[in-house]
Amino acid sequence: LASVHLHGIQTSGNCIRNTTSDERAGIAADEIADPRPLAEIIRQWSTLHPEFAFLPRKFKIAIVGATDDRAATAWHDIGLHVLKNEAGEVGLRVMVGGGMGRTPVLGTVIRSFLPWDQILNYLEAVVRVYNRWGRRDNIYKARIKILVKAEGQRYIDEVEAEYQQILTVDRAPHTIAQAELDRVTACFVPPASRTGPLPALTNPVAAPVDDKEYTRWLKQNVAAHQNPLLRSVTLSFKRLGYSPGDATGDQLELSAHLADRYSAGETRVTHDQNLVLPWVRADELPALYAEAKQAGLARSNIRLLTDMIVCPGGDFCSLANARSLPISEAISQRYQDMDELHDIGEVDVHMSGCINSCGHHHSAHIGILGVDKDGQEWYQITLAGSDGSALSGAPAIGKVVGPSFSAAEVPEVIEAVLDTYRSTRNSGEAFIDTLRRVGQDPFKLAANAARTSTARAPKAAAEA
Amino acid sequence: MKIIAANAHTACAEGQKDQISLANDADPRALDLAGITRIDLQFPKFTDGRAFSQAFLLRRRLGFTGEIRATGDVLIDQLVQMQRSGFSVAVLREGVDASAAQRQLDRFEGFYQGDAVHVEPHFAEAENSAAYGAELARQDSY
Repeated sequence: LASVHLHGIQTSGNCIRNTTSDERAGIAADEIADPRPLAEIIRQWSTLHPEFAFLPRKFKIAIVGATDDRAATAWHDIGLHVLKNEAGEVGLRVMVGGGMGRTPVLGTVIRSFLPWDQILNYLEAVVRVYNRWGRRDNIYKARIKILVKAEGQRYIDEVEAEYQQILTVDRAPHTIAQAELDRVTACFVPPASRTGPLPALTNPVAAPVDDKEYTRWLKQNVAAHQNPLLRSVTLSFKRLGYSPGDATGDQLELSAHLADRYSAGETRVTHDQNLVLPWVRADELPALYAEAKQAGLARSNIRLLTDMIVCPGGDFCSLANARSLPISEAISQRYQDMDELHDIGEVDVHMSGCINSCGHHHSAHIGILGVDKDGQEWYQITLAGSDGSALSGAPAIGKVVGPSFSAAEVPEVIEAVLDTYRSTRNSGEAFIDTLRRVGQDPFKLAANAARTSTARAPKAAAEA
Repeated sequence: MKIIAANAHTACAEGQKDQISLANDADPRALDLAGITRIDLQFPKFTDGRAFSQAFLLRRRLGFTGEIRATGDVLIDQLVQMQRSGFSVAVLREGVDASAAQRQLDRFEGFYQGDAVHVEPHFAEAENSAAYGAELARQDSY
C-alpha cells in the first residue's frame, strides 16, 4: 500500500478517521475556497494524535468549500463548511453531532464563523470535551451526536470554555501558520497538462452518433469546472447486472485508462458510488463519451432514480438484516426506459440492509431500510430525507411510511410514490420539491395502497 | 518515561497527602495540586481513553510537574500516546512483557501535532529550521 501512497492508519477503531470532502473539491464552479489543503492539515493533525486515539466511538470529519454541500456535512460527527465573512476573510461554519445509524441526528451549528487558522485549536476543544464526557457504557449511545443531543447548550458552552483555555492558557499552539497552509496548498495544484493554453471549445455538443443520449449525458454526467475549458465527468457505475458501485478489475483498468487519456491521470471516488474524472477537456467530451459508452460507463443516470446508493446488504454483510441488492436490481429493471427515467428527473433513492445506515437511507428522498422479523426480510420506506445538497434542500431525516413492506412490494411502492409525484408535480418541479409542497399524505396513501401481501397480514407487518 | 512492572507498583496509600489516585471521570482542574508529587490515573480498559485528556490537562494546562502514573489496563502499544500526553510513569498490566516497550517508544518521532511534552506542532517548530527549508525545496523539485 505504501508503495502506491496508500495506508490503513486510523481506518478503524474509536479514533478520528479519514477526513472527507466534496468530489468536486478544488474544481467546483461554485467553490468559495479549496477545502483540500485544510482537509489535509486536519488529516495530518488527527493522524497519530496522542490524546484522541481511544475516544468513546469512531469520529468522522467532512469539509466542503463550495456553496453546494455535496459532502453531506450535516451527517458527520463534525461538518465544516468553508465561507467568507463580510470582510472577505475565509472561515468555517462548524457543525457537531450529526450521524445516521439507529439514532439519526442532524449536526448542530456551534460556530457560524471560525477563522480558518483556528480550526485545529477548535477541533481540539470539540474532541477533548467529547473524550471526557461521551458515553462509554453503551456502544449505541457513544457517538458524539448522543452527547450533543443530550447536553445541548451545556456541551456547546463547555467547548467554548475549553477553546478559550486553549487560546489563553495554552496560547493556541495549533494556530495554522500561513506558511503551512501555503506548503500544503502547493500539493493541490491543477495538473501541468491542464494549465496554460488549452484547445478552445468550438462546439461543445459536437455530438457523436446518438445525439439524444449524448445530450442527456452532458446534462447529468458532466459538470461545470472552475476552468471554463474543462469539465468534471462522472462515470456511472449504476447499471443492470452489477451491484451499485461495483467494478470488475477490467472495468477499473478501463477507468484508469480513461483517467490517463482524458483526466490527467486522476479519478475520484464519490460517496454516491461512482467515479469522477475531474480534469476533462471540453473539446474531448465527445471522444470520452464514445469510449466510456463502449465500456458501459456512460449511462446518463447520474442523480436520477437508478443512481441509487446501496449497501452490500445481506448477500455479503454479516450485520445485515435483509438483502438490498435484489431490491435495487428490481427497481432498476423497472426503470430502464431512459425517456421515463429522465422524465422522473433527479431523485435520491438510498437503501440500507440494516439500521447501521451504510446506504444512507435517512438522507434519501426515498429511503429503504431492511429489517428482520422472525427471520424474514422486511423493508421500511422513508420519505423526504435530505443530504443537505442544493437539490435536496436543508438537511432532513426521512420519515417512515407506515409498517414495513415485503420485498416483492418494494418496487410497487416506489412506482406508486413516483406515479403520485408525476400526477401532482408542477411543471419542472423536482420530486423532493413536490413532496415538500403537497406533504407526505398523498404519497403515503399511494404507498400503502400498493400493499399486497402485507395488506393481508397487517399485524405481522406492523410488528416488523 | 519510566516503565514499571505490575508487581513493583504500590497503590497510593489512603491519607497520604502527596499522592492521589484520580478516577477517570474526575475533572483534574478541580484538584488542589499544592504539595502533590504523584497522581495515578486509571485505564480500566485500554480502550477507555479518558485518562489521556486528564494527563494532558494536568501536565499542560495546569503545569503539574510531579509524577503522572498510568495504571490499570496498560499495554505497551499505548506507551507512546501516554508519554506524549504527559504521563511520566506507566505500570504495565500483569503479564505484559516490558522488554518490547522501548522499541515502541523509539519507533517514530515525526509527529505533526504538538502534545503535552512537545507543545508546538511540527510546522511551528519547523518554521525556522533548515529541515523545513529542505522539505520545501524537495516539494518544489516535483
